[in-house]
Amino acid sequence: MNLLTSIKMAFRTIRGNKIRAFLTMLGIIIGVSSVIVLVAIGQGSSQSVTSSINSLGTNLLTVSISDTDTPFTQDNIDEIKKMNTVKNVSPVLSSRLSLKNGSTTSTINVTGSNASYKSVRKLSISNGRFISDIDLDYRQKVIVLGSTTAQTLFGNKNPINQYVLVNGDRYKVIGTLTYKGGSNGQSNDDTAIIPFTTAQRLMQTTHITQFYVQATNSNMVNFAMNQLSRYMIQVYGDSDSFSVVNQQDVMNTMSSVSDTLTMLLGGIASISLIVGGIGIMNIMFVSVTERTREIGIRKAIGAKRKDILTQFLIEAIVLSIIGGLIGIGLGLGITKLYAIFSGGTVVYSLSIILYSFLFSAIVGIIFGVFPANKASKLRPIEALRFE
Amino acid sequence: MIETVMSMNNISKSYKMGESTVQALDHISLTVSRGDFLTIVGPSGSGKSTLMNIIGCLDQSDTGEYILEGDEINKLKDRYLATIRNKKIGFIFQNFNLLGKLSAIENVELPLIYRGVKANERKEMALSCLNQVGIGDRASHLPNQLSGGQQQRVAIARALAGNPPILLADEPTGALDSRTSQEIMEVLHNLNKKGHTIILITHDLNVAKQGKRTIRISDGKLYEGGDVNHEFVNIH
Ligand SMILES: Nc1ncnc2c1ncn2[C@@H]1O[C@H](COP(=O)(O)OP(=O)(O)O)[C@@H](O)[C@H]1O
Ligand SMILES: [Mg+2]
Repeated sequence: MNLLTSIKMAFRTIRGNKIRAFLTMLGIIIGVSSVIVLVAIGQGSSQSVTSSINSLGTNLLTVSISDTDTPFTQDNIDEIKKMNTVKNVSPVLSSRLSLKNGSTTSTINVTGSNASYKSVRKLSISNGRFISDIDLDYRQKVIVLGSTTAQTLFGNKNPINQYVLVNGDRYKVIGTLTYKGGSNGQSNDDTAIIPFTTAQRLMQTTHITQFYVQATNSNMVNFAMNQLSRYMIQVYGDSDSFSVVNQQDVMNTMSSVSDTLTMLLGGIASISLIVGGIGIMNIMFVSVTERTREIGIRKAIGAKRKDILTQFLIEAIVLSIIGGLIGIGLGLGITKLYAIFSGGTVVYSLSIILYSFLFSAIVGIIFGVFPANKASKLRPIEALRFE
Repeated sequence: MIETVMSMNNISKSYKMGESTVQALDHISLTVSRGDFLTIVGPSGSGKSTLMNIIGCLDQSDTGEYILEGDEINKLKDRYLATIRNKKIGFIFQNFNLLGKLSAIENVELPLIYRGVKANERKEMALSCLNQVGIGDRASHLPNQLSGGQQQRVAIARALAGNPPILLADEPTGALDSRTSQEIMEVLHNLNKKGHTIILITHDLNVAKQGKRTIRISDGKLYEGGDVNHEFVNIH
């Protein structure tokens, strides 16, 4: 008997008992689709973490000061800027404020900083210009809008040289930022930037409590960190009054956490694939017992052991392959729905899809072998006598 | 010249049941010529099924020699028996033993599938067998859509499909009423007239008497000749 005939015969049997076939496949369907969904979501979150690293820059240090008794001033900033490992320094002062254009209001995070902030945060200007050091010197009431903010307040009109009200004061829009995307808590687009000195006045504070330091390159981050810590200890006398955080370290940790999570989810889902395979085995065993008489008849009219073995094995494989295909369809569908409804990033990985499909086929072979072997070993006389 | 299809010489088979041994077949010798219609009759437990299993190559004897169309079956390994069954034996069972999920014609095709015959040729051969037993118009029916007599005709067509040298029937009319039984016997007679060799096993004397040659079996031994009626009564 050739393979094609065997496969046809398997389809014939499967069609003859659709509900059982479906129940047999259910484990595989659930297994394959959950592998695909969970890995797609896991890899998606990994990817959004990675893109956050890139958007923040890999040579970024964040310094936060908790001691408010010792003032940290522009002079300190200038001294840090002179260090050979440091390229740029940007003090920041942030607050959630309401921006108003006519009757349109948008409440967003407004950051006060200097001209270097653009390079430090890897921002780019789509329209107009960024704030300059002269704006800081004269405490200019100028503002650079994030792309979403500009869209909210001005729609499709050009906001440049228009005015927005910030806490009742008129600020001139001098530029808008390019759309950055990415979803990692703080949005890069739902924002506005004003000169640092203007922000100090607006938020009524003279202290600098947070600033970004950009190392000359990513290899120098650790040197910069050491040099910076030494300087800060000099200023504050101890290391408890401030913290220096390496952006790269944070992101590495987050990304390794999310990688581990992906592996964990994929692993759990793979276990469900094996459970699905055991399901196939169970039902195939039941099927062998139920079809003992059929096996006897087939053997009596000339089926060899090999014929019966391939028949049952192919049935198991066909079932698991159909189950695998349905699982892939379902998995991709669910992933798509998840992406649409949650807005989260998902990554479809062809290799994972192929892997889970192959895995389901292999599971079919492995768990099909035992029942098929049992069937093929039945002695025809006893099988014929079976009621 | 009469050609021998199969011959058995001193065939014995016993079953162990714990301590005791049942001698199901006791030194049986039997020769069947081509074109014969042999009936083997005996009461329940006399060894009919055991004999049928050995003739049909479903089982092998403990001792003795069994030659089927020149092949020494008793010397063959188990795995060659499937091929022998497929090529040399057409089984007809008491309870038809059709596959319920397959249509009449698909059932008839089955022995040809295991022989590796191509689909077109297979369908043609199967249909011609169904026509031979007068049921060609029911080719696409499932067994449960057919009466007992019709199912047995399908089973006979399946036995015929591979054109085996021997048709082996075990109580083929056992599950049928007397009129249908007679119809089935006529089908078998017609096949015999066309040259098919038939061995029929039964416990029913009226069926047994319709063979060209009748052999009685009792306690695993064969008795040939004499008044069948008389001897059979004596066995009881
Ligand atoms: N598989 C078996 N195991 C043990 N004893 C058996 C087996 N098959 C048949 N027998 C015994 O062999 C004898 C002949 O049985 P069988 O050939 O089935 O007779 P019949 O078909 O004429 O009724 C009986 O005594 C039966 O109990
Ligand atoms: Mg019997």
